Amino acid sequence: MSVLAPPVPPSCCGAEPAREASGTAFQTIALVGPPNCGKTSVFNRLTGLRQKVGNFPGVTVEHHTGYLRDTVGRQIALIDLPGVYSLSPKSEDEKVTVDVLRGEMPGMPRPDAVILVLDSTNLQRHLMLAARVIALEVPTLVVLNMADELRKQGGQVDVLALAHQLGTPVVLASAVTGEGFDAIAGFLSSPAGQPSPLDLPVIQDARGCREWALRVGAQASYRRPVTPAWTRRLDGLFLHRIWGPVVFLLTVISVFQVTFAIGGPLSDGFQRLLQFTGEQLGNLLPAGILQSLVLNGIWKGVGSVLVFLPQILLLFLVIGILEDSGYLARAAVIADRTMASVGLNGKCFIPLLSAYACAVPAIMATRTIESKRDRMATILIAPFMTCSARLPVYTMFIAAFVPNRPLLGVFFGTRAAAMLALYVLGFLMAVITARLLKASVLKSKNATFILEMPPYRWPTVTSLGLRLLDRGKAFAYRAGTVILGVSLLLWALTNFPLHQGRPPALSESLVARAGHLIQPAIAPLGFDWKIGVGLVTSVAARETIIATLGTLYGIDPESHAMDLQQALRHELSPAAAVALLVFFAFAMQCMSTIAVVRRETNSWKWPALQFGYMTVLAYASAFLAFRLFSI
Amino acid sequence: MALSDLTEGSSGVLAELDLPPRVAEHLMNLGFIPGVEVTVARSGPGGDPRIYRVDGAEVALRRDLARHIAVSEIDGKAEA
Repeated sequence: MSVLAPPVPPSCCGAEPAREASGTAFQTIALVGPPNCGKTSVFNRLTGLRQKVGNFPGVTVEHHTGYLRDTVGRQIALIDLPGVYSLSPKSEDEKVTVDVLRGEMPGMPRPDAVILVLDSTNLQRHLMLAARVIALEVPTLVVLNMADELRKQGGQVDVLALAHQLGTPVVLASAVTGEGFDAIAGFLSSPAGQPSPLDLPVIQDARGCREWALRVGAQASYRRPVTPAWTRRLDGLFLHRIWGPVVFLLTVISVFQVTFAIGGPLSDGFQRLLQFTGEQLGNLLPAGILQSLVLNGIWKGVGSVLVFLPQILLLFLVIGILEDSGYLARAAVIADRTMASVGLNGKCFIPLLSAYACAVPAIMATRTIESKRDRMATILIAPFMTCSARLPVYTMFIAAFVPNRPLLGVFFGTRAAAMLALYVLGFLMAVITARLLKASVLKSKNATFILEMPPYRWPTVTSLGLRLLDRGKAFAYRAGTVILGVSLLLWALTNFPLHQGRPPALSESLVARAGHLIQPAIAPLGFDWKIGVGLVTSVAARETIIATLGTLYGIDPESHAMDLQQALRHELSPAAAVALLVFFAFAMQCMSTIAVVRRETNSWKWPALQFGYMTVLAYASAFLAFRLFSI
Repeated sequence: MALSDLTEGSSGVLAELDLPPRVAEHLMNLGFIPGVEVTVARSGPGGDPRIYRVDGAEVALRRDLARHIAVSEIDGKAEA
């Protein structure tokens, strides 16, 4: 069905910039398109697993680079640029796109060609961007994505006529069905020459581009498809004045229900697997310092954190489905009024929901919030949301200290209630902090809320899978670097100084000496020195405390034979356990979050303020909790 | 009249965007260009924000933003 319509003029090699000068053998091709055009699906379909995430130097914009081979086997680097509506460098995303396309991005060769992805079901508006991209005079392929939807919904476009108007090859494609991708592969192998459009808007403002787009669309006999009735019906439900909020609440509840009801058993199973392999590994090694290093230093430390991988991936999966299906944008509309009452807007809801998985992508997602002050407030409150790194800590301490009794039937017991209480605690503190901020330093006069409703779509397995892979890799990377490093350091500190050639008793070890130094500071919270060491290591990442305690209790002869839960009950009073949970609910123990706030706000002032505020708050609240529960 | 004064389901032709340049430009890129027809597609719970249909796109805007967008009213029928 799809054809690669050639542009009128022949391709011309004179326009090609000298590739050798850039010192890379790659042919570089940039992928450009407006938001919601399905650009990422096109990218995923073209590159599959051969992609990596990177940051442009000096800016916060993240991008994926994918690698593929063309028909004659040459390597091609495909850069997925941020989704943009225009190329006026007002926002950071647009500036990056313009800089890359002009070859002005340091460390990045000027792209040899551009693939411009447009949504064929919304062509008039998306063609406005085409006017701006074609004016850059880089060889361009225009991909009209979502061809399957266009046809199904009764739309049409004359690809040849459009190619004639634009002076570029045009291909009708669908990242879902794979239609048109052989033609894209053909373009990758031999990009055509510079575009030679019949005309371009004289003034490249929105009005000029729209008039041009309408004219070009009409010349190409473009007929917009009719919005399917079920889209209207879904909106009728999701945005209904009564059912909308009901569906919204049910959705939020089921996100967490799924993570616990399905994710819990998954993590348990994974834990048994890790334990079993650990034991097998132990049997293979001779008893002694090597066995101790491998088992107590590495396996117990890293394993105790890896256990939570299934649950975390599940949370990302559920949020990914909500986002890709288009529901999240409707949820933002529903949430807008509530968010307005704390001085924020509906757009802040999306990053805040993602913050339940991880604050780092959430803080990066705040870029879609136009108001600088609202964005800053969202960044500052995001770490209060109960992220997946707190989950291991909560789960472990609740399992150790809260007996499981049913409260409301079998599904809601005392442990679920304790977990819910901690989630609510973090949420309330976020709301209070937001109000404080918006009433003082971040006061803004007219907050805006502008959000385009993406069409509803079935999330694809590929895009969800690649997203999970991304997150899984990031988590495993952390377990393999920060947490492994801390585990090894800790093991060394617990096994030295050697006493007559053998590891010392725990109370004589370096770690105990360090721990006793911290103890006076945390004694008011009911914590002993082992917890103190855990608190220090958890500044790297929250879940590290589990690994730390796993190592410490595993070495201590008193608790050696116990599992971590028994050991915790043995070592800690219930009041101190409550204090610890409260501390974790409020404290900003996460190097990655601090780093991303520094990057996104471009100053040390905000992350320092945030870390100070959250630590003081955590300490004071933990102290109060300890006193209250000690009575 | 202002965009916020249109009733649900009715349409108007955009006249003027009395907004800060950054906001106005963002809206124009989304299709809110003077001379273009805009329809109130739907109200959120409580009547705010509302979803406007313009040039095939649906965009949610708050009332206090829509107040600053001038329209001239046309026939109350929604587009096909």
